[in-house]
Amino acid sequence: MNKLFKMRYLILRRITQIGLLFLYFAGNAYGWNVLKGTLSASLLFDKIPLADPFAVLQMLSAGAMMGINVFIGAAIITLFYGIIGGRAFCSWVCPVNMVTDLANWMRRVLLLDKTERKVWVSRNARYWVLGLSLIISALTGLAAFELVSPITIFNRGIIFGMGMGGGVLLAIFLFDLFGVKNGWCGHICPLGGFYSLIGRFSLIRVRHNQPNCTLCMKCKDVCPETEVLFMIGKESTTVNMGECVNCARCIEVCDDDALGFSIRDFTTRKAKGEKQ
Amino acid sequence: MNERQEKVKSTKKPKVTERRRFLSIMAQSIGLSALGGIVWTGYVEEAKSAPLTLRPPGALAEDDFLRTCIKCGQCAEACPYDTLIMAKPGDRKPMGTPYFIPRDIPCYMCTDIPCVPVCPTGALDEDSVSSVVDGKKVLDINKSKMGLALVDHESCIAYWGIQCDACYRACPILGEAITIEFIRNERTGKHAKLVPIVHADHCTGCGLCEHACVTEKPAIFVLPREVAMGKPGDYYVKGWSEKDQERIKQRNLQELKTKTERSEKKPQDYLNMDEELFNE
Repeated sequence: MNKLFKMRYLILRRITQIGLLFLYFAGNAYGWNVLKGTLSASLLFDKIPLADPFAVLQMLSAGAMMGINVFIGAAIITLFYGIIGGRAFCSWVCPVNMVTDLANWMRRVLLLDKTERKVWVSRNARYWVLGLSLIISALTGLAAFELVSPITIFNRGIIFGMGMGGGVLLAIFLFDLFGVKNGWCGHICPLGGFYSLIGRFSLIRVRHNQPNCTLCMKCKDVCPETEVLFMIGKESTTVNMGECVNCARCIEVCDDDALGFSIRDFTTRKAKGEKQ
Repeated sequence: MNERQEKVKSTKKPKVTERRRFLSIMAQSIGLSALGGIVWTGYVEEAKSAPLTLRPPGALAEDDFLRTCIKCGQCAEACPYDTLIMAKPGDRKPMGTPYFIPRDIPCYMCTDIPCVPVCPTGALDEDSVSSVVDGKKVLDINKSKMGLALVDHESCIAYWGIQCDACYRACPILGEAITIEFIRNERTGKHAKLVPIVHADHCTGCGLCEHACVTEKPAIFVLPREVAMGKPGDYYVKGWSEKDQERIKQRNLQELKTKTERSEKKPQDYLNMDEELFNE
């Protein structure tokens, strides 16, 4: 029971990820009206439009004239993650997260972390890829990342059939397993970068309570964006960097009750990373 | 000794200042981005060029359709016949965009066109498949232009003289989009051939004819209109067609170019210039 409790957020996250995939699948296969469409754009309860704001941004940069529905949908999603969830899309919704988490878990089991190869990609590379996808969209007149995005390939694969999309997912799995730790989600994916920008000032945050911390560093072992946990053992504050995916793995593995969910700490004026 | 050491230090080890570090990291990142960007752009451009893709009814012109389609699949879900396929990796179509293969499942031309109004971005344009009746806009699937059916005269068995009107019977706008013409069978000398003729201004490209065609590989097949159709240019006017002759009056004759490099010479000159012929 204790072990299950230690995985409560992980289990919840898997339920939402698989549940959403199933709802999308059922929207197509059984005609359920809960969620229709894909993660790019969908219709909730046959009424509320939802749309991927990054896809809309790319399409605008490609020069598309679009209907109003997709802008309403993009605004709803932007406000939700901007005010509440932060980068929660990545860990609670995105299906690729299950692939990369599996790779990450296997890295720990196989002790691959201890024998790190010298393949280095900057954490900021994703912002370059983000900018690049907007530039390429403008140049080619076609939403550039949407054309290669493994997220929507996976999502559509579940709903409409996978085709050769499995190869894309395998590539990401192998890259994360043998290439760079958290290589895809933490370094390259421009959608992750996009959500860390719009989720920069969101309210729900992980809070560190310094007096309880015994410096066991379990949280840093499991955190996919280690740099956001710079305050461990140093000061009591909330994790304010946009890069935090709110996956809550650090909260679960902490044996000392030093971490928990909370509302953003406004007294800490800015996020202090190691690099700043 | 000390002086020399200092000199070595100052000449051989240039100090990497914060500014130099920043600039070189920026230059490196821009270089890597350019490399990745060129490969990526190449892929996107390549993926765009799938000219034989048939799009759902009401789709904008291919270029506009590609930039406006958000790849959500709501059109494919709305289609009751599962006609529309969302392009998967390996389909050699722009990834995630809807298309259909008439030989497998054609468009059955639902009168309420369920695939079009659900499109959230307007990549499927409702106005292009609507007509105005009594001041009210009503959906009209017959206005859709998904493609154009073409007949391969060599393999169509009706052109062989065998009686077959499968495509004609399958056509939802039969008599308008496909008509049957009688032509003389020169081979037997005493029979008629009943051959299908497609009319571009009525054909919607639904593909029901291609689906119904009895030959092993269909002798009638749908291609996107911009692939299937030629263009005669403004110079040619149908004789005895009053409507077409009307075009002459509307045409801007100033823009019409009749002078070429060759026509500026006298006929004797250019007809006797044999050098040009050997220059090829």
